[in-house]
Amino acid sequence: MGIERDSSKAIGEGTPFMPAFISIDYITHHYKGQSKPTLEAVEATIEAGQTVALIGRSGCGKSTLLHMLAGLLQPSEGCVRINGRQITRPSPKWNMMFQKPSLYPWMSVRENTALGLLFQGQKQLIAERVDPLLETVGLRELADTNVQRLSGGQQQRVALARSLATQPELLLLDEPFSALDAFTRTALQDQVTGIVKDKGLTMVMVTHDIEEAVAMADRVLIMSANPGRIENEMSVDLTYPRNRSAPEFVALREQLMKHFGETVELPQRNSKTEPRIKAA
Amino acid sequence: MSTDTVNAAGIRPLPTARRKSWPAGWMEPLRQGLIYPALGIGGLLAVWWYGGWIIANNDDLYAFADFAPGPTFAALYQMVASGAVWDPIASSLSRVGFGLLWAILIGVPLGIGIGYWAVARQITHVPFQFLRMISPLAWMPIAVLAFATWDAAIIFLIAVAAVWPITYATAHGVQKIDPLWFKVARNLGADSPQMLRRIVLPAVSQDIFAGIRLAVGVAWIVLVPAEYLGVTSGLGYAINDARDTLEYDKLAAIVLVIGMIGYLLDAVCVKLIKRTSWRQAD
Repeated sequence: MGIERDSSKAIGEGTPFMPAFISIDYITHHYKGQSKPTLEAVEATIEAGQTVALIGRSGCGKSTLLHMLAGLLQPSEGCVRINGRQITRPSPKWNMMFQKPSLYPWMSVRENTALGLLFQGQKQLIAERVDPLLETVGLRELADTNVQRLSGGQQQRVALARSLATQPELLLLDEPFSALDAFTRTALQDQVTGIVKDKGLTMVMVTHDIEEAVAMADRVLIMSANPGRIENEMSVDLTYPRNRSAPEFVALREQLMKHFGETVELPQRNSKTEPRIKAA
Repeated sequence: MSTDTVNAAGIRPLPTARRKSWPAGWMEPLRQGLIYPALGIGGLLAVWWYGGWIIANNDDLYAFADFAPGPTFAALYQMVASGAVWDPIASSLSRVGFGLLWAILIGVPLGIGIGYWAVARQITHVPFQFLRMISPLAWMPIAVLAFATWDAAIIFLIAVAAVWPITYATAHGVQKIDPLWFKVARNLGADSPQMLRRIVLPAVSQDIFAGIRLAVGVAWIVLVPAEYLGVTSGLGYAINDARDTLEYDKLAAIVLVIGMIGYLLDAVCVKLIKRTSWRQAD
């Protein structure tokens, strides 16, 4: 059962916007040349509008799982369904943000943001959607600036606006704040959470950073490695915006830290191995 | 002392460092834009003039004295004033233009293919390096047999010379593209033609023009010997003609014209590379 092309038409004007309900159905994945599966019998459901953080040690397959939710990678066994339909390819309806902003350096902020709409042949929506989005992420004044002149945080904001321009049902974040400085990271975490909650989007994020998971997610899925599995989960019933020095916040963070035992993993910046997928 | 004041938050402001500033460097642009190039050109003219002087004062070489700057510039003036210089220039430029056009039409898609698919790169490596190392002029007899007109044969030779730099510069540019750019574009819903037009071509445009710049250099060099072929127009023919009629001042004037046009073509390419470059200096 493939996904029909009408999924991309659904972002047309006036289409009722529906956040994604995700079911991950017993995914097992082998990378070529590896004896042990990267993921084994991973199973989960994510409610529409929920924010879920995937945490776990390096090599637990969390980034692989995220690439499958984006349709950028196909599992060896099992499948991912979004609103009941199996994901077989990438779509602007489920949009991924990466550790690097990966903006196109020959374009301005506005052109980068409008790219998804341009690819969809929805030029008429660019004027109406892009500038308000840039307003939302605080880059309205820089709309005509080349993206190379922006700071790392500003670039990640452009990437966010670009992901939101096609009105996705689902936003996927692959450690998008890990290369930023601490102040910018905190500010962006709060800003993204605010926007996602405001629009009622479903969000799944991969992170190494326990504080980030507690600050942003409704639910934290804890993955174990060799083979990759969802081993535990924790819900975070705190209201947004979250106060990071509140006792409940600190308690949850400690609890999660303890779960990882003595060897709490520090964020590994820039040493992350991307899942191997073909860029065809 | 003002640097010792501590503000309310207990943070001591550091004294502002004063940088010594020299008077604005108005000499530097003047030097680079005018004085240095003038020195270079002057040096070249001096060597030329000295060579001419030696020839003029040597009994064996006296017949070639017209190669010296004086007679050459006089001949050049005459050719420009009479308009005789424009016809060969137009013929040569049109041949180079068509040759480059073919080289671009073949080289750019070929380069994108080689850059994108590692398999294509491996398959083509040996044959292409083999072909690349053959002097385009070695194809001359074959070109003359294969093409009905002399013009077509010359255009073929230029294209053969120019296609390699364009192909390899394009391939190199494609190989440098960040794989994440493809991933993001696919995620945003790009199909293959959109990927090519919006991502690949803008990403490698400056590499393509860098290849074209090299190609222009090679094409302009190959042009002159190629025009020694049967044609009766163009700068190469004009040189051959001047040699046969012993008009050495005219011959040297054409050499001068060839050099100047080559320089201008290169300058145009540099402009194009700058214009298509998206890398910003920070």
